[in-house]
Amino acid sequence: MNAPAYNFAYLDEQTKRMIRRAILKAIAIPGYQVPFASREMPMPYGWGTGGVQVTAAILGPDDVLKVIDQGSDDTTNAISIRKFFGKTAGVATTTSTTDATVIQTRHRIPEATLHAGQVMVYQVPIPEPLRFLEPRETETRRMHALAEYGLMHVKLYEDIARFGHIATAYAYPVKVNARYVMDPSPTPKFDNPKMDNCAALQLFGAGREKRIYAIPPYTTVVSLDFEDHPFTRYRFNAPCALCGADNSYLDEIVTDDKGGRMFVCSDTDFCEQRQAAGHHGTESAAPHKEKAHV
Amino acid sequence: MSELSSPDNDQPLLVAEGLAKNYGRLPACRDVSFALYPGEVLAIVGESGSGKSTLLQLLSAQLAPSAGRVSYRMRDGVLRDLAELGEAERRFLFRTDWGFVHQDPAQGLRMGVSAGANVSERLMAVGWNHYGRIRDTASTWLDRVEIDVGRIDDAPKTYSGGMRQRLQIARNLVTEPRLVFMDEPTGGLDVSVQARLLDLMRNLVSELGLAAIVVTHDLAVARLLSHRVMVMKGGRVIETGLTDQVLDDPREPYTQLLVSSILPP
Repeated sequence: MNAPAYNFAYLDEQTKRMIRRAILKAIAIPGYQVPFASREMPMPYGWGTGGVQVTAAILGPDDVLKVIDQGSDDTTNAISIRKFFGKTAGVATTTSTTDATVIQTRHRIPEATLHAGQVMVYQVPIPEPLRFLEPRETETRRMHALAEYGLMHVKLYEDIARFGHIATAYAYPVKVNARYVMDPSPTPKFDNPKMDNCAALQLFGAGREKRIYAIPPYTTVVSLDFEDHPFTRYRFNAPCALCGADNSYLDEIVTDDKGGRMFVCSDTDFCEQRQAAGHHGTESAAPHKEKAHV
Repeated sequence: MSELSSPDNDQPLLVAEGLAKNYGRLPACRDVSFALYPGEVLAIVGESGSGKSTLLQLLSAQLAPSAGRVSYRMRDGVLRDLAELGEAERRFLFRTDWGFVHQDPAQGLRMGVSAGANVSERLMAVGWNHYGRIRDTASTWLDRVEIDVGRIDDAPKTYSGGMRQRLQIARNLVTEPRLVFMDEPTGGLDVSVQARLLDLMRNLVSELGLAAIVVTHDLAVARLLSHRVMVMKGGRVIETGLTDQVLDDPREPYTQLLVSSILPP
């Protein structure tokens, strides 16, 4: 057999065409969930099958791909998806946010400002923001169609009634282009403002739920809230231990079993760039040394 | 019906004309016509299978009639055919100007979210966006339906049957509707709870000047709540009139049977 084992970027051309049509429709109706015939991918549901299909459909030979998982370029999910496209499409890959033309992400938006021409591809587990309040798909679709979004505030009301503030910290519902309420995938709400009026095209793929939705460039994205409980970003009140950044989203890392912990940038590329530029935090970079906690 | 001073009260709120519904070959409801006026409470009584619930669904636009039509006077004073309303308008009407109290509170409530959120949902659906005000309104309504405000953050699944039913009423009345549909509102409750609920409903209806259509098989409910009664049998309205008149002096043999079936206290 001389035939190549896979088509360019794994999916066959007809499938890509079908996905592209769904993507075009999604871009035309910002925030609307477009059903598509999601394929089986060589990875389990929950590992980004929706995002991978979207990426496969939009990838061209000249694209430069970056894949992040929780902001990090070097976790299992990110590495395996990057390798997958390196192998099946032969595209260049990078860890640099600015150099990439396509960025597939799970749960984060990079700290560096996205620029025009870039495409963000989000992996989405549950695309329906109303799902846990209204289990019937027929009903939620009707609610989207008629823009009946009172129920979304019921969730925020419950948060305040129970915790005194809006405790939803991720998958924080947004209204896109003053019309559709959308689940921004499980990104921390810290990232929500980055979606608003973003220069890059943002695509969302949910493989198991078979939905694609999109935010075109320069579209308004508003986080839902109450007048007396406005939307707030959240980050740990500390600088990054490695690069000293005080405006990035932080991961809390447990360092020992005596209560030791450190906060580091969740966006590894951002953190490395800053360290290369000479910024330092309290536990500055390599080589790793154990710190005694008393 | 004493307060006929306002000119609006001279106009019917809801008008049914020649309503019929067939389920296949089975006629569930035949040629029902009546007019309901603002502030009036109408009871629809009859045994099970007589077409009461079908009629209620036709009137509240949840079912499309096989023949006839239902018109409703909107807040702007225009009488409109419900079948001609768009789905968005109909659903808006349903969660603002109307209320629907189900026999089973689990159908009318969200059992998983707190009582406060249940009451507030309609407010948020019509655009209320201030948590403090929403919560104050919810507390006021819980108080009005005699639910301890301290339980505002408990889910209705922790409530007793009577409390659930009262919560459902609060949830429906919070947007100050003009018309409330009730389907066996006291069904499945024990007698003392029923009495308390009926008392509450009677007060609310007169305080708010609500019009209501109450479907019940319990003639005691009809006597306590309603001004007028419609007796149904086999899908037809066989007798209609003032409640006291119909229940004290029934003309139709079937109504006489119904009335005489009540055990003397």
